Amino acid sequence: MLSSTGHPFIFLLPVLAIAIFWVMAKFEPKPVGVTKKSFFERNGTPVAIYLIVAVAFWSLFMIVLPQLFMVEMSFRPKLPPIEMGGPKDLYTFENYHYFIYGSTTSSDAINWVHIKAFFLTIFASLLVALFNFALCYPLAFYMAQVARPARVRFLLLLLIAPYWVNEILRAFAFRIIFSSGGLINKILLGMGWVDQPIDFIGNDIALYAGLGYAYMLMMIFSLYNAIETLDHAQIEAARDLGAPWWHIHAFIVIPFAKPGIASGCTLVFMLSAGSLAAPLVLGGPRSLWFTPILYDRFFQAFNWPQGAAYAFILLLACVSFVLLVLRLGRLSLGEIAK
Amino acid sequence: MTAAVEIDHLTVQFGLFTAVKDVSLQIRQGEFFSFLGPSGCGKTTILRAISGFQDPTQGVIRIGGQDMSGIGPNQRPTALIFQNLALFPLMTVSENIGYGLRVRGVPKADRDRKVDELLNLIALSDQGHKKIEELSGGQKQRVAIARALAVEPKVLLLDEPLSALDLKLRQHMRNELRAIQRRVGVTFIYITHDQGEALTMSDRIAVMNRGKIEQVGNGRDVYEHPQTSFVASFVGENNGFTGTITKISGDQAEIETSVGRLVGLNKKSLPVGTKATLFIRPEAMQFGAQGENNLSGTAADAAYEGMTTHLTMKAHDGSSIVATLTGAPAREFPSQGSSVSFAFATRDALILPA
Ligand SMILES: Nc1ncnc2c1ncn2[C@@H]1O[C@H](COP(=O)(O)OP(=O)(O)OP(=O)(O)O)[C@@H](O)[C@H]1O
Ligand SMILES: [Mg+2]
Repeated sequence: MLSSTGHPFIFLLPVLAIAIFWVMAKFEPKPVGVTKKSFFERNGTPVAIYLIVAVAFWSLFMIVLPQLFMVEMSFRPKLPPIEMGGPKDLYTFENYHYFIYGSTTSSDAINWVHIKAFFLTIFASLLVALFNFALCYPLAFYMAQVARPARVRFLLLLLIAPYWVNEILRAFAFRIIFSSGGLINKILLGMGWVDQPIDFIGNDIALYAGLGYAYMLMMIFSLYNAIETLDHAQIEAARDLGAPWWHIHAFIVIPFAKPGIASGCTLVFMLSAGSLAAPLVLGGPRSLWFTPILYDRFFQAFNWPQGAAYAFILLLACVSFVLLVLRLGRLSLGEIAK
Repeated sequence: MTAAVEIDHLTVQFGLFTAVKDVSLQIRQGEFFSFLGPSGCGKTTILRAISGFQDPTQGVIRIGGQDMSGIGPNQRPTALIFQNLALFPLMTVSENIGYGLRVRGVPKADRDRKVDELLNLIALSDQGHKKIEELSGGQKQRVAIARALAVEPKVLLLDEPLSALDLKLRQHMRNELRAIQRRVGVTFIYITHDQGEALTMSDRIAVMNRGKIEQVGNGRDVYEHPQTSFVASFVGENNGFTGTITKISGDQAEIETSVGRLVGLNKKSLPVGTKATLFIRPEAMQFGAQGENNLSGTAADAAYEGMTTHLTMKAHDGSSIVATLTGAPAREFPSQGSSVSFAFATRDALILPA
């Protein structure tokens, strides 16, 4: 893509990006009938120029180009450095082909190991997101609508404090708690509820719990922000009209908080699906998570193009999921980003 | 006949602060009853206690003779119209109105019929499909009323529902509300801090101050026969002169004030030496003529409003005295700063404990 003849093009890219954002600022859509100041009048010309240039550079160098490089790399063969750019460096689907058909460890015609890991990851991440929602919704509702401000601050502190410990340490802490001689098994044995320790790690229970816990804050904050903006009088009005509590949640609060729910669920889903630390630390010997496989493509097999292909597959899955959620919830992208 | 709503020695405290103090009232079936009082006097708190959102610290509320203690807002035969209406923004007009019926499991066909009926009542027949945000302020108002009426409450509670509207619309909605109330015959309990609103709409008014009821009566009662200084000065415009009672003769008393000795009716039979305030309405004040009581000072302002003119005089002690005149004398009002005099009849002046 960026061969030696393409070099002038790379200098044009930032200019192009700036031009695009400039045009967007100039012709931003305005609600009809509303006279609003233009982007430049609102921010002042110097600030407006700074914003446009900064956003252009940010989106170009941090988002667009790296992804483009990844995608481009995923279509290349694995070659020793000497041969890169040589006659063998042709675009190919072999990395994607490998995901479905290839395998180095078995003679199966289809790469069941990776495919299974992929779908299991997607499915488990979905469950983690849903479970997280079920867990966080009551708490978020309590904080946003019921609790007094002082209590809310205290709860927020309790929620945030564990995240001062870094993610890997937290995962190890979970491993210790869930191990066969760990706290939970000790309690279960001590109470006589089980006569043998439960293998939480081998059953991936520790993994799901760890993943759920790792991204709980994302869910809490998404839900809390959404529910907090609901006027409390609406809840009272529904109650006054005779609604039982579940009806109020199902038909007043949840529809109102839908964008927050969608954003919380998609965030947790994507973070879980892309999580590396928790599967590595909490995964049992038999557990199959897609990200460690992906990681191995890069750093065990030293097959960067293949890793890139796997990463791109995961990215596509995540983006499709977000689009699906938006579609199902009849939401626009702008609404969940609020 | 049992009262529609009976408030029996109601007290509501928030921590150490007492928002409602020992209020007792009976509101009749089909009555348009208003609570009138300044901001923060406890009106909303009383309404919330009636609707069940606020537990009384002491006292009992009975609706249709039945004790409401321990009965939640969703079980009471009341419907509340919130200060900000609290319509459901994600539902259409029809869905809003039908919400209470849906909650009660009314079949869709019956529900639709009832909603249509109510849309008719509020003159929004063909607008049921609209979103709430597409309505004007007055239309939202009417939807809120229809939504509350849909559940056929015995008592409709309205918390300053017109305060967000502009003056013209407010006046229009007053008539509309009153007309709806007459048509459906439901007991309305209405809260406002606007005395004009209370006077024009209500069958009876309870004037409140600092958590207490000062007076209950119809509009003429509270306007013409105020029982306390607070009612006299809060309901309508009034000139008040505070001083000490110096002489009593029959049903009249003389009071020594900073603008001179004035005589008024002493309906409360206050004894000599009591600190009291004499109230005289601006429209009972005469300009130019000499009378039983005379006040003098300098002309300060003449606010001409067409049918009436409000003349303000600065008395010798610096206080402002207002006279409202209708018709001709207004045009002869002297220029600012020149000396003028007002007069009033003793039978128009009321002496109340300060
Ligand atoms: N939940 C509460 N906690 C503590 N104090 C409260 C609470 N609700 C009301 N108050 C206090 O009780 C008093 C009466 O409040 P209320 O809302 O009944 O006034 P109001 O007459 O409706 O006033 P407004 O006309 O401004 O609506 C106020 O001083 C208010 O600060
Ligand atoms: Mg109020």
